[in-house]
Amino acid sequence: MIITKQKDIDEIYDMIKPYSKILVAGCDGCCQPPRSINEAKVLAQMLELKARSEGKQLKWKAITVLRQCDDRIAATTIRPFIEEFDAIVSLACGLGVGMLNRIFPTILTFPAQNSMFGGAENNGENYFVEYCETCGECLLGVTGGICPMAGCAKNLSNGPCGGQVEGKCEVGGYIHDCAWVKIWERLKKFNRLDLFTTYRPPRNYQIWSSPRFMHIYEPISSEEEPKKEEEV
Amino acid sequence: MPQRPAYSNLVKTIREGKFVFTGELEPEKDFDLKHVLHSAEEMKKTGKIVAANVTDGPQGDAYTCSMVPCYLVQEKVGLEAIWQMTVRDRNRIALFGDILGGSILGLKNLLALTGDHSALGDHSNARPVYDLDSTQLIDLVSKMVDEGTDLVGNEIAGGKPQINVGCAANPNSNPREPEILKVGRKVEVGADFIQTQTSFDVDDAKEFLKELEKFNTPVLLGLFPIKNYGIAWYFNEYIPGVSVPKDFLNALKATKKIKDKKEKYAAIDKINLDFFEPFIKEIKKTTKAAGIHCMAVHYERLFEPLLKEF
Repeated sequence: MIITKQKDIDEIYDMIKPYSKILVAGCDGCCQPPRSINEAKVLAQMLELKARSEGKQLKWKAITVLRQCDDRIAATTIRPFIEEFDAIVSLACGLGVGMLNRIFPTILTFPAQNSMFGGAENNGENYFVEYCETCGECLLGVTGGICPMAGCAKNLSNGPCGGQVEGKCEVGGYIHDCAWVKIWERLKKFNRLDLFTTYRPPRNYQIWSSPRFMHIYEPISSEEEPKKEEEV
Repeated sequence: MPQRPAYSNLVKTIREGKFVFTGELEPEKDFDLKHVLHSAEEMKKTGKIVAANVTDGPQGDAYTCSMVPCYLVQEKVGLEAIWQMTVRDRNRIALFGDILGGSILGLKNLLALTGDHSALGDHSNARPVYDLDSTQLIDLVSKMVDEGTDLVGNEIAGGKPQINVGCAANPNSNPREPEILKVGRKVEVGADFIQTQTSFDVDDAKEFLKELEKFNTPVLLGLFPIKNYGIAWYFNEYIPGVSVPKDFLNALKATKKIKDKKEKYAAIDKINLDFFEPFIKEIKKTTKAAGIHCMAVHYERLFEPLLKEF
């Protein structure tokens, strides 16, 4: 899920200040903590109050979308309302905000959230952890399932560094686990320290560079593609 | 891997079987580098310091680069430099360019480090780089020095840089096993020598050195003579994993009461000499350590009395 953090209300208000009719769109997708219809309503009411305190009227409607990052779902949900409003505030992650701006090019969509990371939730404690940094070159098979890209402040491929003390990381005041000590513990447990001692050469950061695209319908075949002149 | 030639005096001296001493110089936000050159001169005068490390933005702070002070220390003072290079601030392109540039200037030793995270420094909002890690940096230096190429195999025109590369090891690390295994990786990709973080526990240091013996690579044990109680206290409280022995700490504390500056200095020096002289003797006598990395930053006056017996 994409972990988001709401922007300061003043920052959101500043973005929509020039507009008097706004559509506030929640997202029922993977955005966490939840940013659905209730959150959209509350945000709209807060913005309305803020506008009133400045002697302005703000007309709003709150809706929610199953997934803002899916163009067809987002388009069919929002299109019926689009004519009535002069700006959209999205409670989705940056993917949703980007998508609405793309599919509705005649109206600006503003973000109400800062998108933090792709994270997982442990024990329903509202504590989210980045277990994967979507680097495009997964190392979990050689690190006992613990990601040194997401888990290590220095993204080391051959850790640990000298900044771990009793298995805790120098970044953040020795609170967070050192991913490389965890990797060592786990590989040792499974008698696979051969994986730990293996030198990992420099990574390919080209595949981790923006902008990133992927087309899943690339031809997959065990045979070589026929050459053009062989085609009938 | 066949042994790389000794390009630097440091590695030459180690291979001659001498017990060597290295010092440490710390450029800060300096334009004139006066204190760095002064310290280097004091080290040179002792005749015992083979080479001095020049730090690269310790604690993640934005300081004068290490390459230029390295060059000036060699050119103006005639003391060989150990060029500390962290992977925190430069990607593989910049690292390659700097290594080649430094090598053209005559730098012969490079200590490959990860570097304290930028979040700990005075520009904590900076974007840390870490394109390579310190092991991969050693790999890069090996390719440049041994094969005369960059990381992807493009040839360097006009000859190969002549550099010996070192790596760090931390005797205070806990757990220790991953630290030892990591050093093994660094030796495998081409580290010529190892310099350790500071140790205040001789038995623990001996144990650590014993564990490193299997890599058959010279180790310089890090020691940190402390020039006043404040630094000792800071070390004890804030440098993770390091605990300054209580007696040593209390003895330094007692010197705070001494009013006369000369007397105070003499008392502090005596405390350090009483602690570190037998420490070094013990290491020299009972271990296979190649020498001592003496990090007495801004405490040059101790070198002469401390090293006269060695």
